[in-house]
Amino acid sequence: MIWDKEHECMPRNKLEELQLERLKWTVARTYDRVPFYRGKMDEAGVRPADIQSLKDITKLPFTLKDDMRANYPYGLFAVPLKDVVRIHSSSGTTGKPTVVGYTKNDLELWAEVCARFISAAGVTSDDIAQVAFGYGLFTGGFGLHYGLEKVGASVIPAAAGNTPRHLMIMQDFGSTVLICTPSYALYLGEAAKEAGIADKIKLKTGLFGAEPWTQQMKLEIEQKLGLTATDNYGLSEIIGPGISGECIESQVGMHISEDYFFVEVIDPDTLQPVAPGEKGELVITALTKEAVPAIRYRTRDITRLIPEPCICGRTTTRMEKVHGRTDDMLIIRGVNVFPSQIESVLLEVEGTEPHYLLVLYKEGVMDCLEVQVEVSEQIFSDKMKELRQLEETIKTRLQNVLGLSIRLKLVEPRTIARSEGKAKRIIDMRSDGGTQ
Amino acid sequence: MKVKQLSIFLENQSGRLAEVTGALGTQGINIRALSLADTSGFGILRLIVNDITKAREILHEKGFTVRETDVIAVEIPDSPGGLAKVLKALSETGFNVEYMYAFVQKSKENAVVIFRIESIDEAIKALQSKGVKILSAQEVYSF
Repeated sequence: MIWDKEHECMPRNKLEELQLERLKWTVARTYDRVPFYRGKMDEAGVRPADIQSLKDITKLPFTLKDDMRANYPYGLFAVPLKDVVRIHSSSGTTGKPTVVGYTKNDLELWAEVCARFISAAGVTSDDIAQVAFGYGLFTGGFGLHYGLEKVGASVIPAAAGNTPRHLMIMQDFGSTVLICTPSYALYLGEAAKEAGIADKIKLKTGLFGAEPWTQQMKLEIEQKLGLTATDNYGLSEIIGPGISGECIESQVGMHISEDYFFVEVIDPDTLQPVAPGEKGELVITALTKEAVPAIRYRTRDITRLIPEPCICGRTTTRMEKVHGRTDDMLIIRGVNVFPSQIESVLLEVEGTEPHYLLVLYKEGVMDCLEVQVEVSEQIFSDKMKELRQLEETIKTRLQNVLGLSIRLKLVEPRTIARSEGKAKRIIDMRSDGGTQ
Repeated sequence: MKVKQLSIFLENQSGRLAEVTGALGTQGINIRALSLADTSGFGILRLIVNDITKAREILHEKGFTVRETDVIAVEIPDSPGGLAKVLKALSETGFNVEYMYAFVQKSKENAVVIFRIESIDEAIKALQSKGVKILSAQEVYSF
């Protein structure tokens, strides 16, 4: 079903008119209200009045995750905090997270765009939706929750973790929709099989996101859980989930809510737009967001746009599943992890440049992270209890910073190969879903 | 009265111990005493050798993480109750033993126990005052 036929099926020229009007609005407003953006635009020699067509957007400077970090926590807010009704945050590249806020209108917009992709996936008010995303600073849980309520589905906010309880709910409450990361969906599928209840679950639709996944994984999930697995995309710096999602009719590419989000695809090296339909880095401008505007935000996600019209009748451009990243961010069980976060924890504990290696592997279907840390003479002790203490300290601090359980392994020096002076820091042994 | 001990960090992997002892052996280092503490992931190998400076160099060259620590070598009659007497003396003086390991001398009737104790100088004095025989480094290196 098409949630908002008027906007999702808008003739392209009408859509572009609306986009331009909104782009002008957000650029002018952001220039007026956020000194950081004003400074960057002044530096680039561009004024809001220079935006006369959609193409003019390329005159504006890009926004990076580092800009968000540098303005931690509220520096990029365009409204006073009294107008902010919700605050979320995601992991930063080092130490500090990035913080995003929402006004009442932003939350309404967020629920609206989520309702669109939820409907596109075939979910209606007749459905019983089990949310297995985390509810918290992570935008996944709340985003889907309010979108599902808007659609009218019966929402079960079961939240992340506790697999046996999820299986019980699935079976007893008769859930028809599952919301989680694709890797957790696979895990649940196996757990259901093991518990012998695979034929007792009534799931028909899966709304999976927050990590990249392959076509192969989609087929596997569908076979294990007996549902149609759909992909959706979003990031907290823009709004959270709701930027795009697949329609049940084609299941090829995710329809972007272009009346709210203007997308570009650039070559990450030259920063120039790629040819239409070519692969590159996705750049998003939020056209109507109030609390935290986002102008030409570089997502670091690699994808390509599908400009051809879709069989479902929507006129919106689709984006392919995310192929990878242009930075070193890793996605592990839906959690964003930057190697620099690990480095800063080790630096703190060891007091010197740490040598470490991140090994990503699968335990069954779940992504796991092993952090290998070289034992240097500074941190080595002949006493077992001190070494075990060190092991425990590093592990606890890493888990606190990353928000992810990990395996820590102390290794001998030079176990970690150094190539051309720069150590290889990441080994990804995951055959799918990995982004490296 | 203090004896130098080498501690080496080892990953819990087959062949690592052989590599350390092999490297030392081929270059004429004699291991006098040895102990290994381990977890499922890693181990700490502690060695008393006849030439600590050379042994340390060899291991460094091989890329091992090595640490030098002072320990005490106590001579104990190789007969029932010998160790208990020394441990009793230690506990009476209030010193906490981090770890210990023992070996038997070839040519004598005595056993030698290596103790790792935090306040080593005070511990030596206290033990001596209780009549415990502490070996000199020279005695230990040249068994």
